[in-house]
Amino acid sequence: MRAAVVVFPGTWSDADCSWSLERLGVETRRVWHRETTIAPDELVVLPGGFSYGDYLRCGAIARFSPVMRAVQAHADAGGFVIGICNGFQILCEAGMLPGVLMRNDSLQFRCEEVYLVPDNRSSPFTRGLASGRALQIPISHGEGRYFADRQTLDRLEDGNRVAFRYCDAAGRVIPEANPNGSERGIAGILNERGNVLGMMPHPERACEPLLGNEDGNAIWRSVLDAAAAP
Amino acid sequence: MASFHARINVMLKPLVNDPQGLAVRDGLLQLGFSGVSAVRVGKRIEVTLDAADRARAETAVREMCEKLLANPVIESFEYELREQTPAQA
Repeated sequence: MRAAVVVFPGTWSDADCSWSLERLGVETRRVWHRETTIAPDELVVLPGGFSYGDYLRCGAIARFSPVMRAVQAHADAGGFVIGICNGFQILCEAGMLPGVLMRNDSLQFRCEEVYLVPDNRSSPFTRGLASGRALQIPISHGEGRYFADRQTLDRLEDGNRVAFRYCDAAGRVIPEANPNGSERGIAGILNERGNVLGMMPHPERACEPLLGNEDGNAIWRSVLDAAAAP
Repeated sequence: MASFHARINVMLKPLVNDPQGLAVRDGLLQLGFSGVSAVRVGKRIEVTLDAADRARAETAVREMCEKLLANPVIESFEYELREQTPAQA
């Protein structure tokens, strides 16, 4: 599998995403948001940042970039797409994932290590996390409070589409471990087919011993393995 | 073609938690406005547009709100539309 890391005006996590994937031996290219070609075997990464200055609402303008038509078509064809932080916001605004990311309930920008527990254990992104151990992954956002109406939340849970919830170091999903007020502690969700993941925490920032933490690699490895042996 | 001016208000739906509004409310209470019971913060967007007539202008403004200016998951919108004389435009 190769990777296509999309760059919008205002994206800043593309270098970290590329670095972390290249460390795992993945051939990675950056895709400017005006490009419209994505190969079927590419993992599309929508990285974090402040695309279009977060004007109007986070992700609201980026979804009109030409590349997003290709990303949508890629997902429709079963290709893998992961949106991280601002990328998650863009996927929601584009209607590729339900709900919306709102201002943190604390009103603070939160930049800290959190723990995540995989809820779904069968998607390409999470089947490699079968042990269910809590992953330590950093967050860095001011608008990461996942919100959707109750029916949508129920549908996500009934469909096994909650990828990650915020938890404590022991893996317990408790309100104190929720850094932003997300509904039901949700940190990441999947589309119906399971090939599109949106998550607020940054796995690419937990990718090597020098950073003190390699837990993020488990998510990359899961999707790489899934692509190699579907 | 005539010129129109739309004043669009985008507000969070009533059931959506608005921590920004709560913080502003607390600020007002601290300033001594003890009668304040609730504050909600929204957005005001002004759009100037050309359209053949008022009905078409209204259709366009509504579509702008539905497709981009408001997120229907969390926000509602309302607007005032008025025709502008050339001097105002």
